[in-house]
Amino acid sequence: MSRAALLVLADGRFPAGGHAHSGGAEAAVKAGRITGAGSLEEFCRGRLHTTGLVSASLAAGAALGLDPVELDGAADARTPSPALRVAARKLGRQLMRAARATWPSPELDALAQEFPKGAHQPVVLGLAARAAGLGAEDAAYCAVYESVSGPASATVRLLSLDPFDATGVLARLTPELDRVARQAVEAARCAVGGGVAALPAASAPLLEIGAEAHAAWAVRLFAS
Amino acid sequence: MHLDHHHSHDGAAAVSADAHRPDGRRRALRIGLGGPVGSGKTATVAALCRALRDELALAVVTNDIYTREDAEFLLREAVLPPERITAVETGACPHTAIRDDISANLEAVEDLEDEVGPLDLILVESGGDNLTATFSKGLVDAQIFVIDVAGGDDIPRKGGPGVTTADLLVVNKTDLAPHVGSDLGRMAADAKAQRAELPVVFQSLRAEDGDGVKDVVAWVREQLTAWAA
Repeated sequence: MSRAALLVLADGRFPAGGHAHSGGAEAAVKAGRITGAGSLEEFCRGRLHTTGLVSASLAAGAALGLDPVELDGAADARTPSPALRVAARKLGRQLMRAARATWPSPELDALAQEFPKGAHQPVVLGLAARAAGLGAEDAAYCAVYESVSGPASATVRLLSLDPFDATGVLARLTPELDRVARQAVEAARCAVGGGVAALPAASAPLLEIGAEAHAAWAVRLFAS
Repeated sequence: MHLDHHHSHDGAAAVSADAHRPDGRRRALRIGLGGPVGSGKTATVAALCRALRDELALAVVTNDIYTREDAEFLLREAVLPPERITAVETGACPHTAIRDDISANLEAVEDLEDEVGPLDLILVESGGDNLTATFSKGLVDAQIFVIDVAGGDDIPRKGGPGVTTADLLVVNKTDLAPHVGSDLGRMAADAKAQRAELPVVFQSLRAEDGDGVKDVVAWVREQLTAWAA
């Protein structure tokens, strides 16, 4: 396996559609919950320990070889908001295209055929990591990092936040990213024997509610 | 102009600009329209649709920056049935969605072919952007860059990837030239200097006969002939 493949997959410029999504930041900015670097950090911390943990465990599970169809069902069960399910499948479909072009794999082909309109993004991410020769920990790291880097870069655009401040937020969160990635991999290993019910089901109600409100706006910068 | 693609591996669906659909049929020709805000991209798309819709199976993808206004304008003008117009959201970066990360646009064109196809032509309209915005060859087969005389007659001289490399440069709103003091002769000479043999069309969509778009229509027909050959 190539260690550098992790950098390719985790790169924010990997062409998988993430740039058009704010990870809930646009709704939170409008509601006054993110107003600067301090509140961005709190928002990202909350997202990391909820959505981030769940996504990372799904990605780690897929990388370990758990049945992706079952994982997709587990992702649906952990995503109450229909708008977020749509966004997750859209992003999953876009990541699938990029991953199949980058790391061709029969497993990716099979999942693409099973879900022509997209499986949940973290499941595709885990399978993409597997196709790239990466492990469960790598997949979990990609997922936890995405869970905070998306809102941070979106907030730079939404609030004209100083980009150095936004990057500082991400840097300060890295010890927690380590912890959550570890937790996610442990849970995924439990799910190998114990089934997908062993995966975490942490939720962030404000993210779900915010996503539903956001999806109904007539004017918005981000798709979610 | 033609994208000469080869299969490097299985799974044609993963090869973005493949000239064939998964079922083996040739896909629709895709033409991108880019250019600055307000230069007349949507008006040109609407005029193209009116001119070509009776003889071709057509669809449009719009890339609005923060609203669905371009898509809604086309719907309101009823230039095509609603199921033939799709809007892509671009996360405040219209050029990213047509150049650096084209996945959402590729899905939009593929879904249109799946749902209302087979299609002959799909027009992909960029959100209004700057002079550096160009379409990826993975997304479109040819691109039109639309500027207007009121944006300043020095734009062709300034060049930039859109003005210099687009397969067709359209200078729109020529009827306004006398009112904004733009020198059409100078614009034509500067465009020629930047683009050498690449074509330039000067148009006004205000023409009484509604035929202001005829030169662009003729160019699109040439592209279609070459695509079908």
